[in-house]
Amino acid sequence: MTESTTPTHEPGTHPDLAPPSTDVGIRGWMYHNLFSGWFNSIVTVLSAALIGFLLYELLPWLFFDAYWSGNDRSACPAPGEGKDGACWVYIKIWFKQMMYGRYPDEALWRINSAYVLLVGALLPLIVPRMPEGLFEKTGTTARTVGGLMIALAAVFAFTGATSWFVWIAIWAAVTMFVGYGFLLAVGYPVIAVLLFLIDVNHPHIGPESTGWSIFLTVLLAAQGLAAFADRIWKRFSYKGALGVFLVFVFPLICVYLFHGGGFGLEEVETPLWGGLFLTLVIALTGIVMSLPVGVVLALGRRSNMPVVKSLCVVFIELWRGVPLITVLFMASVMFPLFMPEGVNFDKLLRALVGVIFFASAYMAEVVRGGLQAIPKGQYEAADALGLSYWKKMGLVILPQALKITIPGVVNTFIGLFKDTTLVLIIGLFDFLGMAQAVSTNPDWLGFYVEGYVFVAFGFWVFCFGMSRYSIYLERKLETGHKR
Amino acid sequence: MASKTESGPGATPTSAPPAKPPIWNDPVYRALFFQAAVLVGVVALGVFLVNNTLDNLEKQGIASGFGFLDRTAGFSIGETHLGLSYSEEDSYGKTFLVGLLNTIWVSGWGIVLATVLGFIIGVLRLSPNWLVSRIAMVYIELLRNIPLLLQIFFWYFAVLRPLPAPRNSIELFDSFFLNNRGLAYPRGIPSEGFDWVIGAFVIAVVASVAVVKWAKKRQDETGLWFPAYWTSIGLIVGLPLIVFLALGTPMTLEYPELKGFNFWGGAVMSPEFVALLLALSLYTAAFIAEIVRSGILSVSHGQTEASRALGLKPGQTLRLVIIPQAMRVIIPPLTSQYLNLTKNSSLAAAIAYPDIVLVFAGTTLMQTGQAVEIIAMTMAVYLTLSLLISAFMNWYNKSIQLVER
Repeated sequence: MTESTTPTHEPGTHPDLAPPSTDVGIRGWMYHNLFSGWFNSIVTVLSAALIGFLLYELLPWLFFDAYWSGNDRSACPAPGEGKDGACWVYIKIWFKQMMYGRYPDEALWRINSAYVLLVGALLPLIVPRMPEGLFEKTGTTARTVGGLMIALAAVFAFTGATSWFVWIAIWAAVTMFVGYGFLLAVGYPVIAVLLFLIDVNHPHIGPESTGWSIFLTVLLAAQGLAAFADRIWKRFSYKGALGVFLVFVFPLICVYLFHGGGFGLEEVETPLWGGLFLTLVIALTGIVMSLPVGVVLALGRRSNMPVVKSLCVVFIELWRGVPLITVLFMASVMFPLFMPEGVNFDKLLRALVGVIFFASAYMAEVVRGGLQAIPKGQYEAADALGLSYWKKMGLVILPQALKITIPGVVNTFIGLFKDTTLVLIIGLFDFLGMAQAVSTNPDWLGFYVEGYVFVAFGFWVFCFGMSRYSIYLERKLETGHKR
Repeated sequence: MASKTESGPGATPTSAPPAKPPIWNDPVYRALFFQAAVLVGVVALGVFLVNNTLDNLEKQGIASGFGFLDRTAGFSIGETHLGLSYSEEDSYGKTFLVGLLNTIWVSGWGIVLATVLGFIIGVLRLSPNWLVSRIAMVYIELLRNIPLLLQIFFWYFAVLRPLPAPRNSIELFDSFFLNNRGLAYPRGIPSEGFDWVIGAFVIAVVASVAVVKWAKKRQDETGLWFPAYWTSIGLIVGLPLIVFLALGTPMTLEYPELKGFNFWGGAVMSPEFVALLLALSLYTAAFIAEIVRSGILSVSHGQTEASRALGLKPGQTLRLVIIPQAMRVIIPPLTSQYLNLTKNSSLAAAIAYPDIVLVFAGTTLMQTGQAVEIIAMTMAVYLTLSLLISAFMNWYNKSIQLVER
């Protein structure tokens, strides 16, 4: 090759050229990821056609041709007539049933209160960037808060407002401005609920009556109690306290709120429970109960005591080897036989026991995996320090083991959450069961698909959210020991 | 490492052995006591439950024992498989058998379909084509986050049941008819001489196993390659086909025909079966796809590069280097997916596919009231199936495990 062109630059002074256009920007990205060869290009075009076709079929049905407005049956034409679109009015009308089942209207606030309490207590635990400093100052501000609460409660009592969002407002104010001392965040709202219950059930105890002074006395006493308890709970971080609350106190509050029957709350029998509410009750009970039981079973299976070990192995393998549906069948037809005459368990309670047994067996295996992954040196070191068995497990082994089992635990939770739908086979109306029941309403025949899409969407949001959160948590708790 | 230096500074001269702890602090006795306590507790609970159960059974006048298995069931079952026939005069024992076979039938097909689909989607998920891998991802994330029961309902109530009645069936080639009674398709009726075709098939299978073994041995010894897999496919397809044609096609096809309100002749896949099979395999495929993906990703990229450096083609790299190593990671979780699928087939009860839960733990239980025996038998069936699948997969797993020093 002879030099045919005269160089326009001195050697070494040529300015940097831009990278080829096939390597950068959108074009570069498309070249590498979509059209990197004739085969890939064909595949891309075919895939795009598939997506386009699906969207072309689905979008009109889901959105453009769908029926959104109206409040009764006449809003949607009978299936097969009119525009071919989804009838979301159907969901709108049966929304309450799908959410709460046949729970009485006037008691719905009880469920909503529990939801709010749950979200409020759970949020600081799962959102990582809650400003801790704000919450740590709570001990010193107990008195201020008490005053604030009394003022708010006074407003509450004077206006005689009876809808549940009033106390949400109270609680929001407390948590936003003051923080999350254990009883400050939780105890006061509970008191507020109680006050509210009194307000609802005994309207005559109002500002004019002597009840008003009782209000104040109770509040002041509660404030003193809160300040005292705050000292005790100082031993825990606020997150620890919230965790303890969620596991030990919250379920009791829920049982009282949901079932009622005493202290001014009407009893709502469990056959009336249903919809997403029932799904959450079963799933959360299973989740909360199966973890401790699972840990105990896993420890038992790893134990050196042959009797304990074999009992745990048999228990775990028995439940893991059979489908949940047979467990539920057993719970519904065999439990009554097991009990002495006259003792009669509620159907929901029986299903819950079945679900807990089933879930804890799976949980035990997940936890066992974590226990086995802890190096032997950790066990030996704890022994060498002279820790007792429970201290060794509680302080050294389990914290590490549970951390590495988080993905497995969350997977079990997701599985359990989806499996709760099976209770409809033994005649409980959970979210799916309610959608199924509603779709047999003679006025609304033929709207199966809308119901299923709605329920599927609900489940999907929960399950997908949980799985994403577990991935995030895994990364966050990663302390760099991974090889 | 026996060091005798006991006399370092600070070490106490140990002449007497340390005093034995008192008996209530001795770990051995503690363990014994604790276990005895647990055992007593469990036995007491067991006795309590058994007593209650016996009491209750007696009061309700329910017989116990397995005598009911010989009694006439008196109800019919819509579909039977594997050449079994069932009528109302048959016994509960036969009911059990039919339910069991129906469970095995749907689980078996489900496992096959889910595996094939799962492997395809898992590989697509890793496709270098961005669009393809996204489609696979959407499939996985959508399907595995929606309860299986909902998917079964969707296929059954929303897709298959609203299909047109038999007389307006969706037709394909005048021989497949899809309607709300299921999918009717032609059935092959073997005529005389068909046994020879089956015999040819068996011989072909045996021969191809031999060919594969021989080819492997020869390659190990001489390095010469022989297209053993193509040969065996040719054998398995070709030999029976030749025999079949040589004997003058000893099989007639019976086509389904519309008579009155339904199709007669041919074979029918019930909508229950189709819905259950579709839902089970699509759902489990999403999980298997993720397992396959993680298995393939677990093989380090160096392996791919090394095999390309050795001059293997991409297909060979996948088949000879990646997949054998990925399988070791894939098999254990795949086993548990198979177990899940088998157990999930019990959801059949929700759409009335006559599996063991529906016909035995459902109808038979209702009629006889013998809850303890029936639930125990049903559970035993699933436990046995689980154990069998585990045993098989463990055997397979062992055969492909890395042979270490």
